Amino acid sequence: MSGNNKHHISYGTYILVWAALIAFTSITVTIAGVNLGRYTLFIALAIAAIKSALVINIFMHIKFDEPIFKVFLGISGATLFIIFLLTFFDYIYR
Amino acid sequence: MANEIAVKNFYNQSTNKHTGILSWLLTKDHKRIGLMYMMAIMTFFVVGMLIGILMRLELIAPGRTIMSAQTYNSLFTLHGVIMIFLFIIPGLPAIFGNFFLPIQIGAEDVAFPRLNLLSWYVYIVGAILVIVSLFLPGGPIDTGWTFYIPYSVRSSTNISLALFAAFVLGFSSILTGINFITTVHRLRAPGMGFFKMPLFVWATYATAWIQVIATPVIAITILLVIIERAFGVGIFDPALGGDPILFQHLFWIYSHPAVYIMILPAMGVVSEIIPTFSRRTIFGYKQIAYSSLAIAFIGYLVWAHHMFSSGMSDTARWIFSLLTFIVALPSGVKIFNWVATMYKGSIDPKPPFLWVMNFIFLFSIGGLTGLVLGSLATDIHLTDTYFVVAHFHYVMFGGTGTIFFAALHYWFPKMFGRMYNMKFARIAVVLYFIGFNMLYFPKFIMGYMGMPRRYYDYLPQFESLQRISTFGSWILVGTIFFIFGYLFHALRKGKKATSNPWGGVTLEWHIPSPPPLENFEKIPTITHEPYDFSQLKEMKDE
Repeated sequence: MSGNNKHHISYGTYILVWAALIAFTSITVTIAGVNLGRYTLFIALAIAAIKSALVINIFMHIKFDEPIFKVFLGISGATLFIIFLLTFFDYIYR
Repeated sequence: MANEIAVKNFYNQSTNKHTGILSWLLTKDHKRIGLMYMMAIMTFFVVGMLIGILMRLELIAPGRTIMSAQTYNSLFTLHGVIMIFLFIIPGLPAIFGNFFLPIQIGAEDVAFPRLNLLSWYVYIVGAILVIVSLFLPGGPIDTGWTFYIPYSVRSSTNISLALFAAFVLGFSSILTGINFITTVHRLRAPGMGFFKMPLFVWATYATAWIQVIATPVIAITILLVIIERAFGVGIFDPALGGDPILFQHLFWIYSHPAVYIMILPAMGVVSEIIPTFSRRTIFGYKQIAYSSLAIAFIGYLVWAHHMFSSGMSDTARWIFSLLTFIVALPSGVKIFNWVATMYKGSIDPKPPFLWVMNFIFLFSIGGLTGLVLGSLATDIHLTDTYFVVAHFHYVMFGGTGTIFFAALHYWFPKMFGRMYNMKFARIAVVLYFIGFNMLYFPKFIMGYMGMPRRYYDYLPQFESLQRISTFGSWILVGTIFFIFGYLFHALRKGKKATSNPWGGVTLEWHIPSPPPLENFEKIPTITHEPYDFSQLKEMKDE
């Protein structure tokens, strides 16, 4: 998979992404202590999604890989999104 | 056996330098790994079946007959765990998928042969953990195979270990899924486009996707329950501030798609057998292929129909009820296409075909009663009754279990190079049908009358139906031992099988029985459609 992947990511980028992940984690922890009502969950999920995207694209090199892997991940991601959506039909209307 | 069959085949050729049992335990050959799965899975099937017959024996009369209520609770849990996690989930993909998927796409092996062997070892480790959990202090689990919260957090039996076993088994499933997806994408023979793949490959491919995407959800859920049990963290238990319905969501987000892990490969086998014995190309090839993907996808979206009476929101209940009805559509597409394939075909009712007829009848009953349970109003009346037990046994055993026997009878000559006794096989189909319906059909009636599932005792009005059901279990189990008996006899003394005893045209019928080590002398170039029976003449000339 990465054998023919010639794209080189600099250490600077890795450190920058790592710092961003730490920052997002801090925001998640901080927001958990603030009462935002039903928005708390959505904000936490949005931050988690951004963090996953960073890890998948940069650390896992998917951004620079063949399109087929993006399709595979896209299908998995879309399925996960629909599962969340359907679960919310229970939680929001319970 | 290997000594008696002159041609070189995978029994007398090894991928390693070892001989005897080591050459099997260290093999990288997908066919040998398939057979190793077969040994293990069939052993667990027999264990699960014997537990089932003990439960039926307990229910032959009201009150205590042969065991205590606590033992009964443990036995139905074990029966479920063994049959679901050790038999029916891995059954068709791990045995027949491993053996035939690479051959049907014209490959020498799967994409990752070592990973394939690892997945077998992981399966065995998981199975051993299940067995160990029975004998450690604390005793065998008694929650039912669904491990519902809060009881599974509070029960003092060995829940954590049994859950961990399911966690390990999940890894085996994921590894097999990754292997099959990669094999289908990377190792198809020249000329074999996606729409020239046999439908068993399509079905196994769709299943592999479910294995990869859905299994991690149960893995995470299991870890959460173990954490809750070990550290008292309030995730699911309401007494600790958790949400028990969240557990049911997470459990069924995996376990409902798992139903399709069980049934999709079976549908693939049906799509192989019907054209072969009708001598006609399959009706609506693309629709059947797409319906496998549709079932795999929509199968993700219906999980909460197991939870209509759990206390979840009304909005969720009608949405999931609607989605449940939608999943019946691609299943219907398959059934109608199979029947249309047979129409005006030159039908040869050999045993594999008769097994498939058995399947269509039993699975249709299972499927249609699923719609009764998928309707909100009727489900309230039938939830947690024998009706549910009857429904899923018709779907799982009548569906996947029956096709397990169909696949065994269809591919037996190819796998072992021997023919079995056709007369015995025909008798077995009939006895199986009688035993099966006697065992499970009374449960529909009892469930409708209000007999709850998982009860060790019952009211006097259920006695005669319970008794019929127990008699049916004897016929069914007797038949299954009869099947094992004549197949085992065939292994040792059966007539030598030709390379194409049924007149099939997919690639496995182009190579000797049993197949040589790397399947093909030369990787074939595919020019025909998968079910083009005009090839038969060319194949005979070869």
